[in-house]
Amino acid sequence: MVLTQPLIDEKRRTAEAMLAALPLPEEEAPWARDARARARARLLEAGAPVRRDEYWRMTDPRALTAPAAPLAPADTVGASDAFPGIEARCLRFVNGRFRCDLSDDATQEGIAVMTLAEALGTDISFARDIFGRLEAAGQEKVDRPLAALNTAAATEGLALRVTGPVATPLHIRNDVIGEGAALVHHVVRVEKGGHLTILESGVPGNSLMEVDVAPGGRLDHVRLQSEPDRPVAAHVFARIGEEATFKTFTLTANGALTRNETVLDLEGDAGNGHIAGAILGGGESHIDNTVFVTHAGVGCESRQVFKSVLAETAKSVFQGKIFVRPAAQKTDGYQISQSVLLSEGAEFNAKPELEIYADDVQCSHGSTTGALDRTALFYLMSRGITRREAEALLVASFVEEAIAEIADEALQDRMREAVAEWMVTRA
Amino acid sequence: MLEIRNLHVRLEEEDKQILKGLDLTVEAGKVHAIMGPNGSGKSTLSYVLAGREGYEVTEGSAHLDGDDLLEMETNERAAAGLFLAFQYPVEIPGVGNMTFLRTAMNAQRKARGEDEISAPDFLKLIREKAKELNISNEMMKRAVNVGFSGGEKKRNEILQMAVLQPRMCILDETDSGLDVDAMKLVADGVNRLRSPDRGFLVITHYQRLLDHIVPDVVHIMADGRIQQTGGPDLALKVEKEGYADMTTAA
Repeated sequence: MVLTQPLIDEKRRTAEAMLAALPLPEEEAPWARDARARARARLLEAGAPVRRDEYWRMTDPRALTAPAAPLAPADTVGASDAFPGIEARCLRFVNGRFRCDLSDDATQEGIAVMTLAEALGTDISFARDIFGRLEAAGQEKVDRPLAALNTAAATEGLALRVTGPVATPLHIRNDVIGEGAALVHHVVRVEKGGHLTILESGVPGNSLMEVDVAPGGRLDHVRLQSEPDRPVAAHVFARIGEEATFKTFTLTANGALTRNETVLDLEGDAGNGHIAGAILGGGESHIDNTVFVTHAGVGCESRQVFKSVLAETAKSVFQGKIFVRPAAQKTDGYQISQSVLLSEGAEFNAKPELEIYADDVQCSHGSTTGALDRTALFYLMSRGITRREAEALLVASFVEEAIAEIADEALQDRMREAVAEWMVTRA
Repeated sequence: MLEIRNLHVRLEEEDKQILKGLDLTVEAGKVHAIMGPNGSGKSTLSYVLAGREGYEVTEGSAHLDGDDLLEMETNERAAAGLFLAFQYPVEIPGVGNMTFLRTAMNAQRKARGEDEISAPDFLKLIREKAKELNISNEMMKRAVNVGFSGGEKKRNEILQMAVLQPRMCILDETDSGLDVDAMKLVADGVNRLRSPDRGFLVITHYQRLLDHIVPDVVHIMADGRIQQTGGPDLALKVEKEGYADMTTAA
């Protein structure tokens, strides 16, 4: 779609206003200040997203581009633990600010944990090779202005360096109260032989995680976005080295507007990248999962598995791309996006894309949408099962393929529970 | 126990009248068989009684123990004691057979104001009933009817019936697709459930099932109505002479 000059000007003005509303980060190392400056330039060059942008055709970004000052600090213990019964070191952010006083001691063998501010304040940080760089690389084919905004302005977050197997998962917990911007930016480096599981719950308004998995490393990421009460833009940029693995799963339940952009770059040979999502939309929720997987290494496997369950007038959007570079022979790419519509007002839009420049590859994609199988419903009900219970059984089996992408069984069970809870409480 | 009066049913999708004034009474303790040619409305009758969507009752009534079946949701009919063994049992990928049975059993108990069955009691019950029907543990662990052979599906239907202990059992073409051994296994399962307070309605195209499940009453159905009623010998007569004479008699 060609944008007119007035629209381009408007995009830039909005981007300027968004930047102006946020204070400039101070007292950082020169390389960090450079990274910030480049991110600001990227944002201004691209401009704020508008509906007329092809990448935002199915999701109206206006709620995400209103200029907003940072949220005031808040004292809260927030809602209940999103991962009850699962042992994890909890690191808490309240209104986008790291709260050491509310967090567990993160000291563990195999991992060094520091804050983003600490990492950006020193010249010898591993974060230097990652911060803003993976995000910038992820903008090669498509503008991601909200990600650039995050790199330009986010001062809070964690910088994690994983050097061995980490026994206990980290749980990054976000509580947000009040009106305003909350930007969080995490940088994760997993070295060879390192293995970490990151759990994430709650949502700041704009989050970004840059993940660099070195050859032979592994990162599992399981995220629960439950009932966000504000517009959310959540970004993940991952670079996956040779024989490295990155698996990310997100369950999104309701919420006004959620845009999850996940960008994977399978850089080394024989890497693994999995992105899965369970989307449970009720009310007027709008949940968008936009995924871009690049195969650069030889013999990599990628999977995109997204299952949407939509009630009332909820909408789910899936934009998923598999991009295979000329050298990426023996690529195995899989993509499936499916939805079940529980009401006539619900809507699912999918845009699967393949762009392949290598000739010896195997890529498949599929997308379906429809109501629950009426014959199966009748069969279950004919045995005395109520309609709601029968629907819950069928929905549970429908989302199972996405949940099965999670490696850990206890986490799988937690997600199954979350699906069942949503089915019970939905209108 | 089951009282059907002057039942008229229209198939909504095809705008076609299928049942045209059907009368039938099944008493407790009795096995009634309905035989009839293809297209006579036998399966429609079973679906309407179970409450499947797409069938409109334009006239008449159906009661189970005095309760109006047609007013109830499908699951309420089951809780009231009605069971339909499907001609084509439905495959439900992702829903385990055990989960399905336990959910069904507890839903019915809940509807009747009873407590849920305990896990050990449930397991014991399933083991006992599954063994009688030669259903392996492995089959119980699979998803409902997924990867089951025709015979296994039908045995699974009878297992559900044995576990749920309904008052009124409708068997829709339960013999279709079964070899003689499988049919005996299924028939034995049904015969074990025969009791003075339970009624059966066995719908079949062929007489052979009735050698194994011996009916008290045989009805011949054609053109949406019961055309003739008699004893077990009526089934034998059909077997010998076909349906042609019976259906023109009306």
